[in-house]
Amino acid sequence: MAKHQTPLLDQLESGPWPSFVSDLKQQAEKRAKNAEGIEFQIPVDVVDDLMGILELSFKQGRTHWKHGGIVGVFGYGGGVIGRYCDQPQMFPGVAHFHTMRIAQPGGKFYTTEFLRNLCEIWDMRGSGITNMHGSTGDIIFLGTTTPQLEEIFFELTHKHNQDLGGSGSNLRTPADCIGQARCEFACYDTQDLCYDLTQEYQDELHRPAFPYKFKFKFDGCPNCCVASIARSDMSFVGTWKDDIKIDQKAVQAYIGGELAPNGGAHSGKNWGKFDIQKEVIGLCPTECMVMDGKTLKINNRECTRCMHCINVMPRALRIGNERGLSVLAGAKAPILDGAQMGTLIVPFIEAEAPYTKLKETVIEPIWDWWMEEGKNRERLGELMKRQGLQKVIEVLGVDPDPRMVQEPRSNPYIFWKEEEVEGGFERDINEFRKHHQR
Amino acid sequence: MEYEEAKAKIIEELTKKLKSKSKFYFNDLANIIGTKPRDAKKIVNKMVEEGVLEYWSSGSTSMYGMPGTGKQAHSEGED
Repeated sequence: MAKHQTPLLDQLESGPWPSFVSDLKQQAEKRAKNAEGIEFQIPVDVVDDLMGILELSFKQGRTHWKHGGIVGVFGYGGGVIGRYCDQPQMFPGVAHFHTMRIAQPGGKFYTTEFLRNLCEIWDMRGSGITNMHGSTGDIIFLGTTTPQLEEIFFELTHKHNQDLGGSGSNLRTPADCIGQARCEFACYDTQDLCYDLTQEYQDELHRPAFPYKFKFKFDGCPNCCVASIARSDMSFVGTWKDDIKIDQKAVQAYIGGELAPNGGAHSGKNWGKFDIQKEVIGLCPTECMVMDGKTLKINNRECTRCMHCINVMPRALRIGNERGLSVLAGAKAPILDGAQMGTLIVPFIEAEAPYTKLKETVIEPIWDWWMEEGKNRERLGELMKRQGLQKVIEVLGVDPDPRMVQEPRSNPYIFWKEEEVEGGFERDINEFRKHHQR
Repeated sequence: MEYEEAKAKIIEELTKKLKSKSKFYFNDLANIIGTKPRDAKKIVNKMVEEGVLEYWSSGSTSMYGMPGTGKQAHSEGED
């Protein structure tokens, strides 16, 4: 019999979708039976009490969670988020219910053995409830007590060579797409860059000194599967400089129906014969494609890498050979000023290990500026908006580029600096008076 | 600024402000010692290592405080 009656939670199981309530009940039962003989280090009924406190919150329309605190592992300022309930007598199993963020492997693919190892630790030392994955990308362990934090950290680092992720005013766990491991569109090795920066910036990841959170995300191509352009303070999107490679025979095979467009993704019903004019050329946002007889031609100078044609005809069109990445900065979710997409700050940069140019001329100058000028809890995007793109360009020491322009200007003022004006701001009054009376 | 001097300055300022608050942003600490953030970070990290300061995190924001000062309730404006 369940420890707490949960009629409101039970109702959530009646919908057509998989329910987290069913999952919690299953986990509560598993812990109560303990068929595997696990030596639980936190209360056995943690999951029952979790459901109990949630039911109470639903009934009263108010939360019983307090969040934040000084819990953590020694030397780390992130990776653990303290959670306490304000009804510990009623729900002792969740009196402490801390969250741990575990760094996810690159591209989020791992062996079943790795998953089993994580689950073994968590079944014994935590609630066994996970969130795979949190929106930052981390593997989230939900619910443990303070004394277990160091134990879990020790086992993760010493036995499984795995680290905690970022939280608080830190560099958050960098997240990447699966990249060249499986995807032919990847313009650079996302996993290598993600891992390299994770190792390089360990101090930024674990010891908070930023004004607020900072996220890196890596997309191998402009399809942006990780949505880095919308979700990260600094987004690295793969691109190429030269021409899209065209296999004219394969183009004809698509037109003739021998090859299925979109990799066969629209095969569930009859979508009609593939029409290259309607489905590819006519949808090109810059109208840079044309069929010249039986030859597909692309005006590559006009291409904005929207990826549509390549996605539809991947066997016929391939990314160029001169590959690198674009850097965008300042994306964030709403809180102040609403949601922002990233602004292009570096149109193209090579992405070859050890990535020195990227680190020294892009990442670190931006951080130095934000750390000095950013207000408490001000995201990079907000600082960019407050001080302007002109300042960002100055910080990076690059020349303005039309590709950095996001929208037509709405500010009619142009602020010149003295060094930018021929002759400076000082004038020769005598020379002036020769032509103008007092 | 020498480490010991910076440490003393931070402790002095934080102790002075204890009546009104117990948790401080990193920038507050950097301003106390008047150094650039990167230099301040080295000092603050060392103070955490020595147990003179401790981290406080809400999950989204991190702050610093002296061990044993402030309460959860205090940070929620209850007292």
